[in-house]
Amino acid sequence: MGIVLTRLDERLIHGQVVLGWGSQLRPELYVVVDDELAASDWEQELYRLGAGETAVVFATVAEARARLAEWRASPPRAVLLVRDVGTLTRLAAGGLYHGQPVNLGGLHHGSGRRQVLPYLHLSADDLAELVSLEGDGAQVWAQDLPDAPKVQLHSLLEG
Amino acid sequence: MSEAAGTMGIVVAHGPMAQGLVDAVRRIAGGAADALAPFSNEGRSPSELKEELERLAGDAPTILFADLLSGSCGMAAMVVARGSERRAVVCGVNLPVLLDFVFHRDLPLEELVPRLVAKGRDGIRSLPQAS
Repeated sequence: MGIVLTRLDERLIHGQVVLGWGSQLRPELYVVVDDELAASDWEQELYRLGAGETAVVFATVAEARARLAEWRASPPRAVLLVRDVGTLTRLAAGGLYHGQPVNLGGLHHGSGRRQVLPYLHLSADDLAELVSLEGDGAQVWAQDLPDAPKVQLHSLLEG
Repeated sequence: MSEAAGTMGIVVAHGPMAQGLVDAVRRIAGGAADALAPFSNEGRSPSELKEELERLAGDAPTILFADLLSGSCGMAAMVVARGSERRAVVCGVNLPVLLDFVFHRDLPLEELVPRLVAKGRDGIRSLPQAS
């Protein structure tokens, strides 16, 4: 198992990911999928500082789609991170996340977004895209930390 | 914050930690704590954190004291200080760091920052001392 967690989190590499999840999952690699960051050396350097000794790879969505099977098939143990719903759905388009879990870990308030959980704010468009992702076979759930309750996507729709 | 004499400090940390640290400095150092502004990441997106830290830092020489390097606070602080000779970041902030800062903030930034890092490390001890 290469990818041990795919997580949507606006903060990408930060305390909850590195310490909260990292202490349980013990990743050897963070894969950050983001078109903008993949082209920004100085921002990559900052995120690497936050990752400690764990390796970090930055990839565009196109690059990540091309390498997803490789990352899944073999070590190192990787945590894949995206910071917005649009990137997640472009990454998963065409059923690439069929049967795969997707963790919603943190999105702050923003234009058109409403709070669905204390750590998660989603717009109607975000929700529609996530429902579509689940319709394509992904298993979408929200959970900020490993010891917090899992909340399935359908529960968020009822709120 | 009082800019009367030297570098200003912004403590940026998770939850109520920043306010707690600044309150503790005030109990020990009194009005010298006016050189510090507490700032919490609670409820703020990464972009809001950066924008508000940028506004708080203003034009004064400023040290951004972050609780954790691998965190949204440390990340935002590093972005705000990037490319500025008047700003610096100290991660892993503790009370010894802040107490030393409020009494020595008249020092030049290039002298003050390594001093604070040393003070912070020196403030962590195990007792009895390991041989």
